[in-house]
Amino acid sequence: MTEIHQEDERLGRGYDAGLARRLFRLALPYRGYVGGAIAVLLLESVSQLAGPLLTGAAIDLVLSPGLKETGSGSRFVARLLGHLGFSTSGPRALDAIALLYAASVLVTFGLMILMVEWTSRVGQGVMYDLRTRIFSHLQRTDIAVYDRTPVGRLMTRLTTDVDSLNELFTSGFVALLGDLAVLGGIVAVLFALDAGLAAMTLAVLVPMVFVTNWFRKGARDTFRKVRTRIARVNAFLQEHLSGIVVVQLFRREAAAREPFREVNDLHRKANIESIFYYAVFYPALDLLSAVGVAAILWYGGFRVLHGAMTIGAVVTFIQYSKRFYRPLMDLSEKYNILQAAFAAAERIFQLLDTAPAVTAPARPLALPSPVRGEVAFEEVRFSYKPDEEILKGVSFRCPPGSTVALVGATGAGKSTVVNLLLRFYDVTSGRVTVDGVDVRDVDPVRLREAFGIVLQETFLFTGTIAENVSFFDPALPRERIEAACREVGLGPVLDRLPEGLDAKLTERGGGLSVGEKQLVSFARALARDPKVLILDEATSSVDPETEERIEKAIGRLLAGRTSLVIAHRLSTIVRADLILVLAHGEVREAGTHSELLARGGLYARLYTLQLKDREAALAGSAPAA
Amino acid sequence: MTGRSRFLSYFTRRPGTYALGLGAMLLSTFLFLAIPRVVRAVLDDLAAGVTQGKLARSAAVILALAAADAVCYFWVRRILIGASRDVEFEMREDLFAHLLRLPPRWYRRNRVGDVMSRAVNDLSAVRMMIGPGIMQAANTVVVGTVALVLMVLVSPLLTLVALAVLPLVAVATQVMGRITHRRFTAIQELFSEISASAQECFNGVRLVRAFAREASEEERFDRQNRDFRRQNLRLARLNALFFPFLQALIGCGFALVLWVGGRQILDGKLTVARYVEFNLYMLELVWPAIALGWVVNLWQRGTASWKRMVELWKAEPLPEEDAAAAGGTVPTGALEVRGLTFGYDGAPPVLHDVSFRVEEGETVAVVGRTGAGKSTLLSLLLRLDEPPAGTVLVGGRDVRELPLPLLRRTLVPVPQETFLFSDTLAANVALGAPGASREEIEAAARAAGLGPDLASFPSGLDTIVGERGITLSGGQKQRTALARALLTPAPFLVLDDAFSSVDTETEARILRGLREAARERTVVLVSHRLSTIQHADRIVVLDAGRVAEVGTHQELLARGGLYAALAERQRLEEEVEAA
Repeated sequence: MTEIHQEDERLGRGYDAGLARRLFRLALPYRGYVGGAIAVLLLESVSQLAGPLLTGAAIDLVLSPGLKETGSGSRFVARLLGHLGFSTSGPRALDAIALLYAASVLVTFGLMILMVEWTSRVGQGVMYDLRTRIFSHLQRTDIAVYDRTPVGRLMTRLTTDVDSLNELFTSGFVALLGDLAVLGGIVAVLFALDAGLAAMTLAVLVPMVFVTNWFRKGARDTFRKVRTRIARVNAFLQEHLSGIVVVQLFRREAAAREPFREVNDLHRKANIESIFYYAVFYPALDLLSAVGVAAILWYGGFRVLHGAMTIGAVVTFIQYSKRFYRPLMDLSEKYNILQAAFAAAERIFQLLDTAPAVTAPARPLALPSPVRGEVAFEEVRFSYKPDEEILKGVSFRCPPGSTVALVGATGAGKSTVVNLLLRFYDVTSGRVTVDGVDVRDVDPVRLREAFGIVLQETFLFTGTIAENVSFFDPALPRERIEAACREVGLGPVLDRLPEGLDAKLTERGGGLSVGEKQLVSFARALARDPKVLILDEATSSVDPETEERIEKAIGRLLAGRTSLVIAHRLSTIVRADLILVLAHGEVREAGTHSELLARGGLYARLYTLQLKDREAALAGSAPAA
Repeated sequence: MTGRSRFLSYFTRRPGTYALGLGAMLLSTFLFLAIPRVVRAVLDDLAAGVTQGKLARSAAVILALAAADAVCYFWVRRILIGASRDVEFEMREDLFAHLLRLPPRWYRRNRVGDVMSRAVNDLSAVRMMIGPGIMQAANTVVVGTVALVLMVLVSPLLTLVALAVLPLVAVATQVMGRITHRRFTAIQELFSEISASAQECFNGVRLVRAFAREASEEERFDRQNRDFRRQNLRLARLNALFFPFLQALIGCGFALVLWVGGRQILDGKLTVARYVEFNLYMLELVWPAIALGWVVNLWQRGTASWKRMVELWKAEPLPEEDAAAAGGTVPTGALEVRGLTFGYDGAPPVLHDVSFRVEEGETVAVVGRTGAGKSTLLSLLLRLDEPPAGTVLVGGRDVRELPLPLLRRTLVPVPQETFLFSDTLAANVALGAPGASREEIEAAARAAGLGPDLASFPSGLDTIVGERGITLSGGQKQRTALARALLTPAPFLVLDDAFSSVDTETEARILRGLREAARERTVVLVSHRLSTIQHADRIVVLDAGRVAEVGTHQELLARGGLYAALAERQRLEEEVEAA
């Protein structure tokens, strides 16, 4: 448990080649989309560059009549216009340029649509695949993993961690390429237009990178600080709301406000610190971009004066320099996304890499067909933790068709017997057999198909009664489902609910009483007509009428099949063929009810206790009026 | 106070801050919107011929304007966003103070998780509204107005052309925001569905395995997973296309301006320089137009969240007791319950006509099966729930007439579920006696049987316990609670099953210590354990909300009634455990 827990705490350790390769492999099934997206992206960054160029050309070619020398950008546009059969000067050229401008905008948009479509398909596809893989893996993983990992943590792997990979695949790496392409394109065009001015404009990039880097680091650090501090504020709040009764009983209302003010203020201070970074960063970028504009005007103007450059080219430069920001800012954000994604990927892969210990053998044996239903434990020893033996050499045999009751105090090892029989865990030593075959030699799925089980705590899935009884098995005929329901005494319930078998149930039961929910779980076991039934009786007390219905249903359930019952009901225990009294991991007493009662040992005492409870319950249900 | 006036009060408290912030914003706007004018002048000069010195001066002016603007905008952010953090701080303080004063019955109706979500998530949404929300809204209005005026000055016709696009941008942002929100909500619902069913499958893993249903569970998950992918794809498309769409819209606007403006230049109605100036103004309007839609969404979310927070404010707090009342004399004497019949909020009564008396210095145990009404009885003694008038008296005074602070100094509880705060052990013990000396704290801890544990803790009494410190065992927690009660100077001690996690041997030791420490106290204790109960001077047996038997341990055993049956049961249980 601890290793997994620590995994959650660990922050991403950044780039890791092995991890990157595994992540890359996730995208392989979608390589067509990835390739397409990259191709489109390159085209799109070219079309994004058209705007400023066209504006400059409009100024040079059309709006500054009498200009002898035009810049290389405008010449390029002029040649393009010529190729397309447009006039290169006058109002017609203006129409053409405006048209081209609008066309470039629409082409960019069209390419964007394609790119978004494809990258989203990659991202959503990878996430879908991962969720499927995690879920399937968890269907095969050892029960021991479930017993030591809180379900919430498994859910985090399946949801939050998978989500953080999404950004990597959609907005992460493709957009990263996109930003680089746009930056590269701008730089290339600038140099083609005028190398000197380009170098000057790019000089602004250097401080911009510095400022961005400073901001990224500072913002990340303060962000972490804000996060830990808000966590403290919320923990404090949660603690005091949970313990509000204690707070009020000990009149700590006023005293609690002081430390709260402190953590609250620390949070505020951390936030104000982070405001500082933002408040500096954005104006600084604006300022640097203004420096760029000033430099272009100054140096470009100087060149214009000497006839080495056109006004159109200067305007083009100004417009390009304004487009530096976005890709730059995006780039710094991408780094954080990458880090989070790597950390999440590490956790996911760690889960997927844990191989189950309880598996089917290479050449599994088959249980005899049909299964007779003879269950035996031979000198079984077992422990969950190395030095804490739960079963200390347990042996017993359930002949086919018999009912065996396991009784004993909490912690005696009753549920462990069930865990081993169903191969949720494997024995430390000894053997568990079904029809003489060691359960470890059988494919666990085949083995379990021979069993029917009713857990102590009734577990219903969100779905209809029919779905709960059939356990979402479409192969189970409706008549069987209904017959099983009526058999365990759910008939009146089906008749009472307007939707009958199709009535919706929720985790909490939705309209069924505690007893009725138990009956549904009985029907679930009965519907598959198992050869061996395992019944862990519920301990919760129900009213006498329900009790009677349950007892009757248990009778039907046990009839004609081998049954192993962790019994709490006197009625069940009394009619068992064999009673095993478990204490501290050993079978203390074994025999029928009358034999054990006559012996006057542990069982006799347990029996009296049960009787007492029963009397008390009866007395309680009819209060002295 | 209404929700609206409470909201406004946070702003009217700091009029200067907002005036300053908005003033800086106005100044900044004028400064950076002056730059295009300088650019125009340079371009005009270039067309007409200019000296290098003048060119350099113009560049310097641009730099100066930009620098001044940067300084102004730094302060805009610092002041306005900073103010929102201050308001958040105050709102959180006020809310916490309010929550502390809400009565226990309110907490029974409202889950802590829900309260937390309002105090955390909703407050955060409100903060977004009053921070970035207000700043951007103001920015949009100020920049929009100033830029529009300047654009009209350049060319009214071009302004009209530009305006054909910009409002579309704002509307598009808003509409897309709304659609996104709708799709997002749908996905959230699907997400909770898929999580719920996966979680169900994990929780019921034993059943799934036992019934060999792994394959069908995978299929079921796959169906939802596919649907989830499909819906997510729809949202991702919309989300990702949002900015390109705006870009395209704005791009078309620029193309239109280029076309119309070019014509005007050809017709001699506009110069190139003025056209460039206009273009630069238009660029500055793009962001405010986009932000407008975003701001509208922030406001919608923020006001919805504020409404949810107002619901917390509406809850009636416990009355503020005046200091004089709190300082009254602590009543001493007997504790009496007289004909107490009580049911929760109109439900059938849980207690029927319960009467008993605990003399000064006496220890009385209340026993009974689960659901007999023991916990309700204790909550009424402590006035966590309001008992009917004249039914619960301490030292002859009705508990309802005692101001709460005084009552809290009269009766001190050891609750069933011990709550420890993330603080030192000493602070947790001294919760009810803030002025207690180190020696007193230690003595109480020892009396409660914590002595041997203290030695094993890393820093003894200064060890941090609770969520951020070491985890105490159930028994250690209970003994801490007991020490807390012993240290609190109150004449009545109410123990609610306070030894359930302590082994019998330690319990006997504590009880001996307790008799010593609590000699002058009147004690009411609820317990399931015979070993605890038999130390009491008298025992009250509750059954189905009524007093069934009263007497000493011996008397009740001899009587062979309910108490005798409970005792017998426990004896058997112990035998089975020991077997």
